Amino acid sequence: MVQKLDTLVETPSQTAGPYVHIGTIPTFAGNPGIYPEDLGLRAIEDGAAGEVITITGSVIDGTGWALRDAMIESWQADAAGKFPGQAGADAKVNGFCRFAAHKDTGEFTLRTVKPGKTPMRGGGFQAPHIALWIVARGINIGLQTRIYFEDEDNSADPLLSRIEQRNRVDTLIAKKTGDGQYRFDIRLQGDDETVFLDM
Amino acid sequence: MSDPIIPTDMGPLIPRNRAMHPAAYDIDYKTSVPRSPKWPLLSMESTPSEETGPRFGHSLIGPMDNNLIINFSKDANKPAIGERVLMHGRVLDENGRPVPNTLVEIWQANAGGRYRHIKDTYLAPLDPNFGGCGRTITDENGYYEFLTIRPGAYPWPNRGNEWRPMHIHISVFGHSFAQRLITQMYFEGDPLIDHCPIAATIKNRSQLDRLVSALDFSKSRPLDFLAYKFDIVLRGRRQTMFENKLEGM
Ligand SMILES: [Fe+3]
Repeated sequence: MVQKLDTLVETPSQTAGPYVHIGTIPTFAGNPGIYPEDLGLRAIEDGAAGEVITITGSVIDGTGWALRDAMIESWQADAAGKFPGQAGADAKVNGFCRFAAHKDTGEFTLRTVKPGKTPMRGGGFQAPHIALWIVARGINIGLQTRIYFEDEDNSADPLLSRIEQRNRVDTLIAKKTGDGQYRFDIRLQGDDETVFLDM
Repeated sequence: MSDPIIPTDMGPLIPRNRAMHPAAYDIDYKTSVPRSPKWPLLSMESTPSEETGPRFGHSLIGPMDNNLIINFSKDANKPAIGERVLMHGRVLDENGRPVPNTLVEIWQANAGGRYRHIKDTYLAPLDPNFGGCGRTITDENGYYEFLTIRPGAYPWPNRGNEWRPMHIHISVFGHSFAQRLITQMYFEGDPLIDHCPIAATIKNRSQLDRLVSALDFSKSRPLDFLAYKFDIVLRGRRQTMFENKLEGM
């Protein structure tokens, strides 16, 4: 026998199920009016500093089908690399956004500002990126990933540098499709499976 | 949205013990088969992107938000139908400390097992006075409570004859984006728990037991409602005397 640890174990995850929007985006689920507005409707308010961008994509399963029932959350720094709540952060940047795959097409859209690079503990910087968390029916524990940008310098990013199979790095990089417009598809499985994170 | 100034470095998150969670792929839960990543996750110590996270103030919450019996009808004379239940508990972290001021959201089927959702076509009727969602923010001790009705069990397409045990879906934020957790609360004594392939995605029985709320007469109100206690543990942060921190333990 050994001494008893006094730490607790994390509560286990369960799938968000097909009706996650009832609890998280009730207006999207067809149930407006319970709250004044859905949580996390906007990543930014008018007047946020930096380049306003739009990222469009889909969450695609192993058969190539775009999920119609995915719910995604994003979290990011402002254009100067400060997270909401930190001293000096842009008060117009909420940083957090909730969005759903379209019920007919499966496409999602995130409108926000391009984040700045963010300092690492112990020195160095991370390239500009947006953290994502994806839940849906059939996803037993929420999937973490990140959006990087093809028109930024990603060469010294510590996370991207850790990816051994360099051919997979591209799965985390949004492609520029126009002025302030990017495409970022998330592939749950199969060829070009997105790199998911355990952080 | 974010009222307080958040310290920039409260330490890295304790790495997730994924053996305590369901695996992504579970052949008995068919929808997980095409939706489960096959390659290993990329493991790395957390960074500010995971250690910070959205904070929501108490001003967000309306007075009826955690009362699902009346928050849809907005009328105390038009309550939801069903067995009245108080769901309550604390949100803690792995270090055993309360997680105060964090948003908890729930959603559930009505007493007949039907969700208020366009995709739910189960033959049980909708309750005109039940929406099925609620939210609250934990107090300074990490405590939360919801007044609701006991959801019904419902059938779903998976294998031949599949029924979900009575359950309430729960979403918790914590203070770090990587503490984010969605899970489900089951009810003590429900025989369907042992037949449910979604519950069975958790292979460790003591972990599954932690999702089963306990009937709690200490909080039950006579002639009004039964209480069920459900505590939630989120990831903690690693701190040692050898790591310089702006914020002490
Ligand atoms: Fe459910």
